[in-house]
Amino acid sequence: MAEPLLEVKDLKVHFPTDDGLVKAVDGVTYSLQPGETLGIVGESGSGKSVSSLTVMGLITPKQANISGEVFFQGQDLLKLPKDEMRTIRGAKISMIFQDPMTSLHPFYKVGFQISEAILQHQDISKKEAMDQAVEMLARVNIPRPRERADQYPHEFSGGMRQRAMIAMALSLNPDVLIADEPTTALDVTVQAQILDLIDRLKSEFNAAVIIITHDLGVVAEHCDNIMVMYGGKAAEFGNTDDIYYKPLHPYTWGLLSSIPRLDEEKQERLNPIRGLPPSLILVPPGCSFHPRCPYRFDPCDKDVPELLPVDGHHAAACHLSLADKERIRDEEVLAHR
Amino acid sequence: MGRYLIRRALFMILVIMIVSFLTFLIFVKLPAGDPARRAVGRTTTPEQIENARKAFGLDKPLYIQYWRFLKGFVPWPGLWLNDQVYFSYGSFEPVREELSRRIPITAVLAIGAAVIWLLLGIPIGILSAIKRGSLADRAAMIFAIIGVSMPIFWLAQLLLYTFWFKLELLPASGIPIGYTGWAGALRAAAEGRFILPWVSLAYINAAFYARMVRGNLIETMNEDYIRTARSKGLSERRVIYKHGLRGALTPVVTMLGLDVGLLLGGAFITETVFGLPGIGQLAVQAISTNDFPTVMGVTILGAFIIAIANLVVDVAYAFLDPRVRYT
Repeated sequence: MAEPLLEVKDLKVHFPTDDGLVKAVDGVTYSLQPGETLGIVGESGSGKSVSSLTVMGLITPKQANISGEVFFQGQDLLKLPKDEMRTIRGAKISMIFQDPMTSLHPFYKVGFQISEAILQHQDISKKEAMDQAVEMLARVNIPRPRERADQYPHEFSGGMRQRAMIAMALSLNPDVLIADEPTTALDVTVQAQILDLIDRLKSEFNAAVIIITHDLGVVAEHCDNIMVMYGGKAAEFGNTDDIYYKPLHPYTWGLLSSIPRLDEEKQERLNPIRGLPPSLILVPPGCSFHPRCPYRFDPCDKDVPELLPVDGHHAAACHLSLADKERIRDEEVLAHR
Repeated sequence: MGRYLIRRALFMILVIMIVSFLTFLIFVKLPAGDPARRAVGRTTTPEQIENARKAFGLDKPLYIQYWRFLKGFVPWPGLWLNDQVYFSYGSFEPVREELSRRIPITAVLAIGAAVIWLLLGIPIGILSAIKRGSLADRAAMIFAIIGVSMPIFWLAQLLLYTFWFKLELLPASGIPIGYTGWAGALRAAAEGRFILPWVSLAYINAAFYARMVRGNLIETMNEDYIRTARSKGLSERRVIYKHGLRGALTPVVTMLGLDVGLLLGGAFITETVFGLPGIGQLAVQAISTNDFPTVMGVTILGAFIIAIANLVVDVAYAFLDPRVRYT
């Protein structure tokens, strides 16, 4: 396997609050190969956004206790001085966010906002930067890009704003693009367009992509590997086939079962995962999923399960034996799909 | 834009008419007793009262009396506060002249104070927002809470006592005879006669503005677009000053327009404490002496200034916030 582009090792991000320590991310490890698309899936509060904001350096040691390592091109980003981190952020690693309605500054023109990012990292004239911004708008399929660059975000539709965000994020040809719920706030038809656009640009710009989502359906077609997060930890990691066809963690089973199906003959009730995501302050002892897990047994409320490889790099953090997992999966989970 | 301005102008006229009619009722018609008698003074013959009644048009029906005042609101030479109606019952001087003597003083007071409170309030607000929770922030917010809780007449007296009476550093203000018009007001300002009034008036507003800027900036810095700005790799300085302040200061412009408009209509406490012959002082004198043409004149001037300040603010807002359109 080639040298990974981005390697996150045992990342922990704990926020001190008045109510206690919020363990938003509690030991996450993953790596990203050049050209790979990694999906990070989990509920609200599973730590998926915080882990990537930390990689971007957008969560600072002032706000949270951060430990672990984030290696990118041989450097540990967590140890870089602020100014050096700024030369990487936006240029080599860039990010798009969930809500394109609020992610662009309402008082500045779209072209200016994109060219501002370019000017920050390249020593060119304002006019050249604006030309590049217009070209980027064209590449994300915005019609009449020259005119559009001269408009304000409120004159754009939601999908177009997200395109503009993508144009901004890719304008410096980054090695890694982190997309934090890029389609959650958009119409379903627009969602597909945006994901296809990210796919296409990924190969054009030769970037690696991390897609963060709560929707397993979204990542299925677009990801090479998927990490399922729960309570600040990785519950399961594997390639897309592993996660969809051979899932080994009860939480992943729950996620898959809760996707509504259109091809079902009779109308069935939605199949939710019972209970609520865990408090990140009073994390349940042992496996943080055990209070909601229908298959819990003796060690689950005592020992924290490790993320152990099953075959290849497919790994799950669960105390059930492999034989039990495969049996439950085949008999109870996949049989219903 | 043109249509918007016309509509706003018509609305302004309506507001001024309502204000003037209420003022007319409250100060001319409601007070007990005969306005003609009030106008001429104590020792008079019935004949003199009758003459005054005729001269002031008080023998005419109510609507004609109001109409006479109303004509004076038309900003047109010969009509605008015309001398036939708008003259002081006290000094028999035209109200227009009285106002134009006093406007420079009130304007210098209001604008000077506004400059000071902006120069104080905005930086303090920014500092305490970006250093939130720090010692500087706490100090700034104590400064603000004192400012908003302290009555202005008390602060003014305190300043006078300290800097004029005890330390003898600054003049007690008041405008010397012979300092007339804009040149006179500016000369008085250059001599430091406005420093204490400015500071008294500015402190309370600086406190308000510091709190407002702090609150706005803290709120703005939590916006998603600030996160986007940071994710571009911009320096924190640029994130705050280019992206944060732009959103945080826009509402300040609105406040400033209205506050200055209000002050231009007269800052009567400050003017009274410091003996500045401004509009506010005139208004109080006129009310207490039943000099109702002057009351009408001052009220209309104030309503006019505030209506225009509102319009200026709204138009300026549309330039500052591209999402706002004239509709």
